This record gives sequence, C-alpha cells and structure tokens, in this order.
Amino acid sequence: MLYAPVPSPEPMHIPDGFLSVTVSVILWGISIIVIAYALKRVNADLGERQIPLMGVLAAAIFAGQMLNFTVAGGTSGHLMGAAIATILLGPWAAVLVMTTVISIQALIFQDGGMLALGANIFNMAVIGVAVSYVAYTTIVSLTSNRKWGVFMGGFLSAWSSIVVTSLAVALQLALSGTSPANLAVPAMAAIHAIIGIGEGLITVGALALVYSTRPDLLKLGQAGPKGGKLVWVIGLLLAIGLAILSPLASANPDGLERVAEQKGFLGIAKGPIYEVIPDYVLPGISNEALATILAGVLGVIIVFGVALAVAYMRRSRQVSGD
Amino acid sequence: MHIHFLDPYQPRLSPVHRLDPRVKFVLAVAFILTTAITPPGAWPVYILLLAIVLAVEILSDLGVGYVLRRSMLAIPFVLAAFPVIFTLEGLTVFSLDIGPWMLTASQPGLERFISIALKSWISVQAAIILAGSTPFPDLLVAMRAVKVPRLLVAIFGLMWRYLFVMVDEAMRLLRARAARSGHADRSDLKPGGKLVWRGRMAGGMAGSLFLRAFERSDRIYMAMAARGYNGEVHSFALPSLSPANWLVLGLSLAVLLILLIISILIFG
Repeated sequence: MLYAPVPSPEPMHIPDGFLSVTVSVILWGISIIVIAYALKRVNADLGERQIPLMGVLAAAIFAGQMLNFTVAGGTSGHLMGAAIATILLGPWAAVLVMTTVISIQALIFQDGGMLALGANIFNMAVIGVAVSYVAYTTIVSLTSNRKWGVFMGGFLSAWSSIVVTSLAVALQLALSGTSPANLAVPAMAAIHAIIGIGEGLITVGALALVYSTRPDLLKLGQAGPKGGKLVWVIGLLLAIGLAILSPLASANPDGLERVAEQKGFLGIAKGPIYEVIPDYVLPGISNEALATILAGVLGVIIVFGVALAVAYMRRSRQVSGD
Repeated sequence: MHIHFLDPYQPRLSPVHRLDPRVKFVLAVAFILTTAITPPGAWPVYILLLAIVLAVEILSDLGVGYVLRRSMLAIPFVLAAFPVIFTLEGLTVFSLDIGPWMLTASQPGLERFISIALKSWISVQAAIILAGSTPFPDLLVAMRAVKVPRLLVAIFGLMWRYLFVMVDEAMRLLRARAARSGHADRSDLKPGGKLVWRGRMAGGMAGSLFLRAFERSDRIYMAMAARGYNGEVHSFALPSLSPANWLVLGLSLAVLLILLIISILIFG
C-alpha cells in the first residue's frame, strides 16, 4: 500500500518555463511584500507561539492534501487548504502557512517551479486566502454566525478560492503568451468550478468536526483581526477584478496579447537565426522553419543519447570496479 | 508503517553532493533563471543547457533515470501550452482537419510550444538535482544565506520536522477509512455512501488532522518553552565559503552569463 504523495491533479502549481520572466518577477515582488507584512502581523498576534503553530499546521495542510475521496471511478477530489487555513487561523497566519506548504512543494517535490514560486504563492497563498476571507466573513456576518451560515460560508469560500485562483493562473499564462486567454480562461474556470465542489465538501466536513468539538477555534467570524477590513476590501477587489477581467480577456484575447506585446512580455521578435548560422537546417526538408525546429529537436535527442551512454558506461564501470 | 520515501534526498558521495549547499542553491536558481530568459527558438542554447544539466546529473550519481522519472511530473501542465501551436499567426507548418474545425499549426506557435516544453523540462531537472543532492537542513542554511527571513526559515524547518509525523497521521486516517468504508481507488469497485457523504467524511478526516495538529503544536510549544525558547531563533553563524566553492560558483555563473549573452545577442 503506497499513498505516495502524488502531485496535485488540479493544474494550479505552475512549473518553470510557463511564465515569462516579467510576470514571474512582478508576482515575486508582490508575494514578498505580502509575506513580509504577514510575518510582522503574525509575530505581533502570536508572538513566540508562531513558529510551532505555523510549522505544524503547514505540515498538516500538506498531509491533508493526501486525504482524497472517490468522485467517480478513478477520479478523486481533495484539498488545496487555503480556505480551511483562513477560517481556522485568520488571513495573515493562513498566508504564512500556505506560503510554507507551496515553497516546500516546489523546493522538495518539484510541484511547481522555483522561478514560478512567486506566482504560485501569489495565486494560492495571497489570492486564495484573500478570497476565502471575503467569502467566509461576509456570509458568516450576514447570517449572524448561525451554524448553517458557518457551513455555507465554508463551502463558498472554499469553492470561490479555487475558482478565482484558477482564473488568476489562466490570466498569468495568457499574459506570458503561454496559452491563449480565450481558451485558458473558460477551460480553467470550468474545470475548477467542479474541482471547487470537492474542496467545498471537504472544507464543510472539516468545519463540522471543528464546530462540534472545538467551537472556540471558529472565532474568526466574531472578532476579525486588526486590519481585517483592509484584507476584506483587497480580497473583494481581487475577486471582482479577476472575475471581470478574465471574461473580458477571454472575449478579447487580442487585447491581452497587445498589452503583453507592448509591455514586452512576449519576448522580443526573434532574430534572423538563419543568417547567423546559415547551415543550421536539415537537408531534404524544404520548409526552412520546420527544418530549424527539427534540427533543434534532433540536437536535444543527440545530447540526450550521449548523456545516457556516458551514464551507462559509468555505471557498468563502477559495477565491474566493485 | 512510517513514511520515509517522501524525502527525495539521495545520499551519495559525489562532487555535487559535497558542494556547499549555498553554492548549489544559487546555481540552481541562476540556471533556471537563465533558462527562463533564453528566448524561444534558441535551440543551440537549449541544447547546451540540457547538456549541462545532464552532465551534472551524471556527476551527481543520482542517476539520469531517477531524475528523468521525477521530471515527468511537469508533463500534464504542458497541455496548458498546447493550444498556442494553433493560435499564433505565422507560416503554416501543417493543418489538422477535425470535423467542423480546421486547426492550422503555425511556425511561431510550434516554436513557442516546443520552447516552453523544453524550458520546463530543463528547469525541473535542475530543481530535482538540488533536492536530490542536498539534505533539507542544508537547504535551510542556503535559504538563510540568501536572506530569506529567519522566521520563515524557522517555520520551514519546523514544518519539515513534523511533515513525516503528519503524513503518518494522514496515512493512518486513510487506512482506517479503507478498512471501514467509502473509498475505492479502482474504478471497478464501488465506494460506499453517496458522493456528498464521502466528501464530508474526507472533510471530517481533514478536520481531525487539523485538530491534532493544533494540539500537537501546543505540546511542542510547551516543550520548547520548557527548554528555554523565548521566541528568538538562534542559529550558528554561517561558515565562510572555501576557495574551491568560490571558484565553482564564479566559473559556473560566468558560463551561464556567457550562454545568456549568446542567446540574447543571436536569438533575441
């Protein structure tokens, strides 16, 4: 029996290579600012308890992502965790916990890239947490803290955090010129509207248990943290902004493409490689462009073959040497 | 049953393992950054980058096969870049006739798609070498050296220490459920209960995992306080880098810089 830590099936952790350098660097900048502020706030609120609490809960969220349930033969739903972390810990601590989880996933398990880590933190630890916070606090205060309000708030905050995060991912991919907005946005939104239901169900299940055994942990709804209003407003703006921006971008992908080109996101026009290395083509293929690509691929295969051969020889030498 | 297979670190006696973790960390990030900046279609540069990463793999004794197996993780994401083949305008390479649609693959589209896939594959291999050849505590040292906030590094460290404990707990929960009710990994088995019920059960398990984590963190805090912890993170001063490590760092960065300049001058 191996419940090996599989990479999360939802396309949320962006690997390296998919985001342009500009997008990566900007999102790193935003994430660093948010993390720095969250560190300050959590340190003020929790003091010396911060390190053990954050560390162990990050480990719990990581492990909690392994708890899946069968949806239909072969597929399963499971947890991202931003919503449950926000509800139980408040927004700032949740930012730190999610940052820790995502960083370890990237650094150790290559679930998400290192250069793309800033973007992944921005999506899951900043947007995911902010949207969860807005949805949960709004619904809980509207229903004046009744039991069904807590559960409904939990479900909706989990669902909307997944969906809005996926919209952000789609927009970043479009801005980087990796996938066209008119395909990426609807596809991501549709997939995650379904995945979000699984997240919502798990979150409600977790809340139900906490509600009946440790109701004291659910105080966030009653006494919001200092600066909670600010988080609320920013979260709402993020959610609305992404919800409006992404359909717009998807309806008018050329617009986004133009923005991307003007800002230099899409990389500069390619130089005349054929002039610099005139013979860098394969003979027998009339289409020069295709020949260049094929030559590139062939080069990769050759390098790869040589590496495998060297590795193999080295191993057999070691075996005979022993 | 304990979960030890989680840690990707592979103990070996290779030169890559012996390299200072700070040097390795900086070089891995610099390598990935170089790969990211390389413009699409700069095939010779990609080939050189791939050759470098494969050479380090061989040097590290991790085994090319091991790194390749792990590098397959990023493959599903390549789907996200797939449409770009058909949406960029340019020289037509081939056309696909699928029912009512006509998909035209353009040369810039194909070029960008292959570039993205290659970049991603090369970068993930560098990250795998770093994680496979550096024990986690050494990675923490490297993070401290590049000025990641101390508190964050301490949280990372504590998370790693309890990760295996929490994953063991999660596996116990999963085993208990598998013994009693609602989960089926195989598609020909019918899981128990309705979908909503199964979702809430998984949620209950997550909830109990979090409650246990809360209580555990209380105990950990008390144990730390009993041993004199007062919120300060104490750590040893970082030793200075040996001349050999400086040499490796300088030479490697110079090579990456040259590659970068070539790629931008010729293909930019």
